[in-house]
Amino acid sequence: MADYPKNVIQVPTYNLFREQDAGKLPVLDVRNLGIDFGGLTAVDSFNITIGPTEIAGLIGPNGAGKTTIFNLLTGVYQPTRGSVLVNGIDIKGMPVHKVNKLGIARTFQNIRLFSEMTALDNVKVGMHNEIKCSFIASLLRLPSYYRAEAAANMKAMELLDFMGLGDVADKKAGSLPYGVQRRLEIVRALATNPSIILLDEPAAGMNPSETAELMHQIRRIRDTFHIAIFLIEHDMNLVMNVCETIAVVNYGKIICKGTPEQVRQNPAVIEAYLGKEDND
Amino acid sequence: MSFLQYLINGISIGAVYAIIALGYTMVYGIAKMLNFAHGDVIMVGAYASYCVTSYLGLPAIVSILVAVAVCTLLGIVIEGLAYKPLRGTPSLAVLITAIGVSYFLQNAAQLIFGSAPKNFKSIVSMKALTLFGGGLTITGEVLVTIVVCVAIMVGLTLFTSRTRMGKAMRAVSEDRAAAQLMGINVNQTISVTFAIGSALAAVAGVLLCSTVPTLMPTTGAMPGIRAFTAAVFGGIGSIPGAMLGGILLGIIETFSKAYISTQFSDAIVFSVLIIILLVKPAGLLGKQIQEKV
Repeated sequence: MADYPKNVIQVPTYNLFREQDAGKLPVLDVRNLGIDFGGLTAVDSFNITIGPTEIAGLIGPNGAGKTTIFNLLTGVYQPTRGSVLVNGIDIKGMPVHKVNKLGIARTFQNIRLFSEMTALDNVKVGMHNEIKCSFIASLLRLPSYYRAEAAANMKAMELLDFMGLGDVADKKAGSLPYGVQRRLEIVRALATNPSIILLDEPAAGMNPSETAELMHQIRRIRDTFHIAIFLIEHDMNLVMNVCETIAVVNYGKIICKGTPEQVRQNPAVIEAYLGKEDND
Repeated sequence: MSFLQYLINGISIGAVYAIIALGYTMVYGIAKMLNFAHGDVIMVGAYASYCVTSYLGLPAIVSILVAVAVCTLLGIVIEGLAYKPLRGTPSLAVLITAIGVSYFLQNAAQLIFGSAPKNFKSIVSMKALTLFGGGLTITGEVLVTIVVCVAIMVGLTLFTSRTRMGKAMRAVSEDRAAAQLMGINVNQTISVTFAIGSALAAVAGVLLCSTVPTLMPTTGAMPGIRAFTAAVFGGIGSIPGAMLGGILLGIIETFSKAYISTQFSDAIVFSVLIIILLVKPAGLLGKQIQEKV
C-alpha cells in the first residue's frame, strides 16, 4: 500500500456515456472493485460504468492489474471487495459460464482458441447456449437436427464473414496465422451474443496494417451489433483513435479516467508511463 | 488356422479392454484426472446384470439396460460426491480419492455379495459359428463383443463430432477456462462424461463376464488396469487411441499366452507397453505437446 504514488490526481467518476447511451442502464457497472492475493492488493477501488454502445479502453503500465480486472469482470476471480453488475445484475458468486450468459464475453492476451477444432467449430462452441437441438435428434440425425445445424452454421458463417474469415472456416484454428487467430477469438466471443466484449490486447503481435484493419473492425462491431467494447491495449495509436473513454490504471488503482484528450494531458498518466520529473 | 483363431479371440478380449479404456480416456481428456475406480464400476455393472437375470429371472436384454442405468447413476454420484469437491485441488488428491473409491466399491460388493465367485450366465444365447470344417470357432460372445465395440466407437465418434454436448466436451478438454468463458457449464460437461464412461463400463462388465464367467468383487480390478494401460498405450485422451490400444493389447496378450507363456503374458504385455512409450512417450495416437521454453 505504501508504494502508491503520493500525488495521484483524482478525477471525478462522472458519467462518460456517449449521448446516445444517456439515460440507459450501463452494460457494465463496476463499483469499488478490489482483490487481494494474500497480502498483495492487486486491484483496489476500481470504478467504471460502460454504456450500451461505448468503446472504452483500459491502459496502464505492465503489471498494473489490467488482466486481473478482466478476470474479475468475467467471474474468473471472486473480488475481495466491491461489486460488478452486468446489465444490472450482480455477478457475485456466479459460476463463470453464467456470467457469460448475462452478456459478457472476452478474448485472451495469449490466444486461447480450441486449436484442434476448425474455425467454424470454435465459433459454434461460442453458440453453445443458443443451439437448441435434443441429444437424440443429433445422434439420429432427425430433420430437427439438420434445421438447427443449418441455422447454426449459417449464423457462424455470417460472423466469420463479418470479420473476413469465411475462407478459413474449415481450417484447424491452431494452423491459422497469428493475426487471423486473434480475429477468430473475437468472432468466437461475438458468437455468445454478448452485450459487451472485453478484448485483452487485441492488437498484440499485429503489424501496423493489421492494427489499422483491427481498429476499423472494432468500430464496425460496435456499429453493427450495437454492443459495448472494453479493451486493454498497449498500442496507444489504437487506444487513442478507437476508444471514446479511457481508464488508466497503475498499481491496481484508477489514476485517471476521461476522453482520450483528457487522458493524454493528465500529469498522473504521464508520470505513470514516463516516471516523475526530478526537480530536486 | 490356430493363428486366426487366436487373432479373433485377441480382438474380442481387446474390444472389451477398448470399451473400458474409452471410459478412462474420456474422463482423463475432459476432467484431467485418472479415475482408478473405473475398473470397479465394471464389476458393479456385472453384479447388477447378474442380479437381474439370476434373482429376478428377467431376460438378458433387461439386465443390460439395468446395468447401464445403475452404472450411469453410480458414475454421476461418484463424480458429484468424491471428485467434484476436489476440483481445483492438486491432481494427486483426486488420484488418491479415486483409489479410495475403488476400495470402497470392492468392499461394498464384498459385504453385499460375499467374496465367493458367482457363476455369471452369459447374456449371449447365440450358437458358435464353425468355419473351415471346424478349424475356426467363433463364439457368440466374441461376435457380439466385436460388434458392440464397433457400434460404440461409431456412436462416440458421431457424438463428439456432431452433438452440441460433444462439441462442448472437446472444448472443455482443450481449454477448460476458455470453454467456461464461452458459456459452457463445465461441471455439467464433466458429469455427462462420467455418465457416458460409466455406462460403457457397464456394457464392458457384462461382456467381460459373459466371456470369463466368474464374477467376484475384484473382477474389475485387473481388466481395469489393463484397460488403463491400453488407454496410455493408444495415447490417453484420444478416443481412437483407446480403441486401438485396447485391441492391440488384447491381441498381444492372447498371442503371448498362446505362443510364449501363459504365466508371463502380463509381463510381456507391460514390456511391450514400456518399449512403445520409450519410442512414443505420448502413446500411439497421442499428441506430443511441445513445451515452450
